Amino acid sequence: MRIKCPYCGERDAQEFSYRGAGGLQRPDPDGANAQEAFVAYVYLRDNPAGPLAELWYHRAGCRSWLVVERDTRTHAMAGTALAAPLDSD
Amino acid sequence: MPAMGVPSQSRRLSEGGLVDRTRSLGFTFEGEAYTGHPGDTLASALLANGVTLVGRSFKYHRPRGVLTAGSEEPNALVELRPGARLEPNTRATVVELYDGLAAKSQNRWPSLAFDVLAVNQLFAPIFGAGFYYKTFMWPSALWEKLYEPAIRRAAGLGRASRLPDPDAYEKAFAFCDVLVIGSGPTGLIAALTAARSGARVILADEDFQLGGRLLCETDVIDGKPAATWAQEKVAELSSLENVRLMPRTTVFGVYDQGTYGAVERVNDHVPAPPPFAPRQRGWRIVAKRSVLAAGAIERPLAFANNDRPGVMLAGAVRTYVSRFGVAPGTRAVVFTAGDDGWRTVEALMRAGVDVAAVVDPREETPPLQSDPPRAVLRGSVVTRALGGHRVEAVEVRDKSGRLATIDCDLVAVSNGWNPALNLTCHHGAKPVWSEEISAFVPQSLPPGMAVGGAAAGRFTLKEALADGMRLGAAAAQEAGFAHTPPREAPAVAAEERSAVSPLWHVQGGKGKAFVDFQNDVTTADIALAHREGYAAVEHMKRYTTLGMATDQGKTANVTALAVMAELSGRTIPEVGTTVFRPPYTPVSFGAMAGHSRGKDFRPTRLPPTHDWAVQNGGVFAETGLWLRAQYFRRPGEMDWQVSVAREAVTVRSAVGVCDVSTLGKIDIQGRDAGAFLDRIYANTLSTLAVGKVRYGVMLREDGFVMDDGTVARLGPEHFVITTTTANAPKVLAHLDFCRQVLWPELDVAIVPVTEQWAQLAVAGPRARDVLQKVVDRPRDISNEALPYMACTEVTIGGAAGRLFRVSFSGELAYEIAVAAELGDALVRALMEAGADFGIAPYGTEALNVLRIEKGHASGPEIDGRTTLRDLGLAKLAARKKDSIGRVMAARPALVDADRPTLVGLQPLDPAHKLLAGAHLVTTGAPATAEHAAGHVTSVAFSPTLGHDVALAFLRRGPNRIGETVRVVDLLRGSDVACRVADPVFIDPKGERLRG
Repeated sequence: MRIKCPYCGERDAQEFSYRGAGGLQRPDPDGANAQEAFVAYVYLRDNPAGPLAELWYHRAGCRSWLVVERDTRTHAMAGTALAAPLDSD
Repeated sequence: MPAMGVPSQSRRLSEGGLVDRTRSLGFTFEGEAYTGHPGDTLASALLANGVTLVGRSFKYHRPRGVLTAGSEEPNALVELRPGARLEPNTRATVVELYDGLAAKSQNRWPSLAFDVLAVNQLFAPIFGAGFYYKTFMWPSALWEKLYEPAIRRAAGLGRASRLPDPDAYEKAFAFCDVLVIGSGPTGLIAALTAARSGARVILADEDFQLGGRLLCETDVIDGKPAATWAQEKVAELSSLENVRLMPRTTVFGVYDQGTYGAVERVNDHVPAPPPFAPRQRGWRIVAKRSVLAAGAIERPLAFANNDRPGVMLAGAVRTYVSRFGVAPGTRAVVFTAGDDGWRTVEALMRAGVDVAAVVDPREETPPLQSDPPRAVLRGSVVTRALGGHRVEAVEVRDKSGRLATIDCDLVAVSNGWNPALNLTCHHGAKPVWSEEISAFVPQSLPPGMAVGGAAAGRFTLKEALADGMRLGAAAAQEAGFAHTPPREAPAVAAEERSAVSPLWHVQGGKGKAFVDFQNDVTTADIALAHREGYAAVEHMKRYTTLGMATDQGKTANVTALAVMAELSGRTIPEVGTTVFRPPYTPVSFGAMAGHSRGKDFRPTRLPPTHDWAVQNGGVFAETGLWLRAQYFRRPGEMDWQVSVAREAVTVRSAVGVCDVSTLGKIDIQGRDAGAFLDRIYANTLSTLAVGKVRYGVMLREDGFVMDDGTVARLGPEHFVITTTTANAPKVLAHLDFCRQVLWPELDVAIVPVTEQWAQLAVAGPRARDVLQKVVDRPRDISNEALPYMACTEVTIGGAAGRLFRVSFSGELAYEIAVAAELGDALVRALMEAGADFGIAPYGTEALNVLRIEKGHASGPEIDGRTTLRDLGLAKLAARKKDSIGRVMAARPALVDADRPTLVGLQPLDPAHKLLAGAHLVTTGAPATAEHAAGHVTSVAFSPTLGHDVALAFLRRGPNRIGETVRVVDLLRGSDVACRVADPVFIDPKGERLRG
């Protein structure tokens, strides 16, 4: 598998570590049902047969966390982006 | 050169072929010496010498010869090379002949010609499909002792050498615009067309000579013999800078995003690889587009005794005659259900081989371009091959049912061709049945792949060349190169015929009709599977083992499906087909492992003082990737425990030095560095004063402890943290995740600096005395200037360094850091400065003793299942701020008072030894799982206390200090009464480390 890193270009997947689904919002720790929200955040995942936004870490490269849009059925990749927007500084 | 008296190549034709007749190569088979020529395969050389009996079959030990001329060969499997380089199950049809080659047949005993286990044929009724499941069911005790060993001796293939492989293997990457797989007419012209447009092209072929079928046929292209035309095209390709030719390279798998797995047999065609050269190279080829031009595989015909040596695929016969200049027999019968077999008649006639008859079940046959054979029997079939170790005659039945016997020593069979579409299925696509060509053809293709020529079911040369031009141009264009107007197609003969009316099973012959030659599966086995309800294609495969041998049924599968379709009254598409998976042909473990084996399986990291440790008696152990000194053996110390005890006592009584550079070190800077660390660690760090150090524990988001270490503040916006050795990469990834994904708004920069710093622990009552001699003045490192948990920048002999007053041992201790390349000089300087104070180096074992004596948690305690409370660190958690894991750590089960909590243990009898991993049982209760109250995590003999001490997790532990518990290890037969103690055995008030 090949992953297109925004900094390093298309690289072999063995340079990357997989984390899991992306797009999760860490719950408000002071919210009303914080513990329930955190249980869902830590443990509960959809398991879609189809497109999934997932987090990959360019461990053996630039150390960027990436959001990769991958189709779990075909491994087709619709796109990759930095998890941290560049204008965050 | 061959020895005198070696038999001549009696079956070598007087002319023709692509072998180099000016040179001879000597080789042995079954210990007999033979010769061949460069350009031969082992199979062609054996046939040239009249050797037709090559092996014994898997189950019935039937004599077998050469069936094919390619990688699909199911029969002619040999053990290649002697000794450590022995390679079993090697197909003689793809082994490139070299001088000195030595091969043996396999699966025969005691000899190839006389095989005792051929009696298996007499017991054939019990060896039918599913015999494993039926015959040896009862009594089950006999399975391991009797049945399995006997079956394993009787059945099976070659033996492994059982010696380490002496050769090297490599892994490599290649990148191209267009990968062309197969170098026949389609592949050659596709590669040329793509290359002419400027694309970077790789042309790979499993054969050692490029040209594919063009090397084996007598076609004329552009007025030249096909082989000559092919050689010209190969020469043109090799002259182009943007083309890489990869002969001897099998593309075995199609992976994602245009990645292809390939294995290059770099030095399989020499007795041993030259120095520093690999035997094989495993490739990952990344291609924007690919053209699959892998050709087709001919189907045999299923008639009685169709496995006798001398029965050969008609296309293979043509290959041996035309490419190798070998007559595989002296008197041939050609049995063909399609037009293609008639080309073999022509090739044999032209080569002067006697063709006794051509047998074709069809009435309509193509016109012959050669002299006619002696008999043309239309509407007829071969029902049976006669003969023992090789075919001696065939029994032929005409349309009226009359039987006749025709003497022959070669039967060329053809039942049409299957496109070699395996690679098109590696992304899960199933091929579809084409009635027009009576074969499966590719349907959907992996992204970026195109398929043409025979691999797409377009069998004529004209179609192949047209496909190559079209697909080569399209591939280059899709890869981003400008369209170049197509050149004129190469001129070929106007008409080619490729009609076939497959005959799946010749009924009525007496004897076994084989479908899968390698796994000895017959038409009767398929019928049995059908009768017993295993008619679904995947059931049939597993019940009969059809297609499950190393050849994966390349010559068998479609015939078997067709036989099953006939039996069950279904069509072939209704029966369906099994799935093709990588690899296309067997790949050695060496090619997959590359250099990653033995000591090179993974990298070895050496701490900065490694050379010094080697010179000073260091005994090393792997901790993760690091090689660390466990202890330093002194002359006369015969037992490691003596060395470790001496080192631990030295630290408690004088001073020791230990390399702790393997701890992860991460530099954290930025306006929000303090706030960031507050969110990472369970305790508060933003309040840490500059020049101070604090112990920190970080949790995972699920509330369990992840890692611990020290946090030092070097400046208002500058921290350096340490992690445990094992978790350094994990913590870095975690910090990067938190900074980039969770809180990108924070102004923090994170840099791993583990390898930039050499860090040495100097511990013991004389530690300060030693350091004062080493650290440059006027820096004051007195207790007042640098108290416990302070840090400062220093210089040592003018070099910049850092001094942290931290203690893992519980003694007055420091960690001193300098640039990694100065670590060796620093340890030598410390040893010199400490000589007067009795300094000694200590290793990881003494470090472990010291930390257990002090009740410090380490890897065995922080094992991913323990909480801050479990570790007795509940008070450390800050309440007023959020951090990773805080919310989840408050879940009811994680704050249950009944959870096992860290305690110390010491045996009531100081002479008793404790075992890590032992279970804790309340005194008086039986030692059963339901009474388990905890377990021991760490044990050390304390030379200071004179007995074993242990750290353990015990239910409600802190409330049970002073109680007695049993420490039970039933596996190792240990049951020791222990007193529950505070985990800090030495200096519980911490006076020494503040001294």
